[in-house]
Amino acid sequence: MSNSKISSKKASVRKDECVACGSCALQCQNRAIHIMNGQFAVIDAERCIGCGTCVMICPASVIHI
Amino acid sequence: MKKKWYQYLWIASSVYLLLGFFNIIFSWLGLLCFLTPLVISIVKGSKSYCNKYCGRGQLLHILGNQCGLSRKTDIPAFLRSKWFRYGFLVFFLTMFVSMIITTYFVFSGKNSLKEVVTLLWSIKIPWQWTFDFNGIHPGFVQFAYGFYSVMLTSTLLAILTMILFKPRSWCVYCPMGTMTQLICKTKNKAISE
Repeated sequence: MSNSKISSKKASVRKDECVACGSCALQCQNRAIHIMNGQFAVIDAERCIGCGTCVMICPASVIHI
Repeated sequence: MKKKWYQYLWIASSVYLLLGFFNIIFSWLGLLCFLTPLVISIVKGSKSYCNKYCGRGQLLHILGNQCGLSRKTDIPAFLRSKWFRYGFLVFFLTMFVSMIITTYFVFSGKNSLKEVVTLLWSIKIPWQWTFDFNGIHPGFVQFAYGFYSVMLTSTLLAILTMILFKPRSWCVYCPMGTMTQLICKTKNKAISE
């Protein structure tokens, strides 16, 4: 991962609207996302580098940085 | 990173759709796409089918992101609202039950086999070239036609929303995804109480 993609901001999920499809988790190169019990995505703030891949990929547009 | 075996399930999904053009009986295999996520969500309380094993989701990702067929715009708010998602689930299940009733009438001999694939629950396409049904009960074949209609219709909707919005927009209103998420929420709520 290049340094240009590292941001101090972290991704966050609107859990109520998340459809738990898991496409964000599949694309996250830092494995910072997992789906909590089939209900919603959870982002590990320590692993998230704020690259924004999950924001672009989320079909329900419920992830923001 | 070395790819896992399940990352190739998009090939199975593509082959499944093609098989229906050669022999409609293969559409019975599609039941796996219905039963597997249900069993996983009921037994494990997770959506790992959607998260890992859904060949359709993988196919939409490839077509939209790698082949560049998607506009990659946000899905309209009403399509991701709970009203639409649960409403579409109810509609989908109603049409599924209707298909089962049609199959029952053919099984019982009240109606004859209709060799048509129905797209978008209304457009009937003659589909009698796919097999010589001698020796197979017409009811068995009728279910194959009905189920293939469901699979082809949902694939068309998935491709349409893949093109218009983000690649995996189908996942937002996929009835199986909505149903398994509901099961997971209910199951995990029951555990935590």
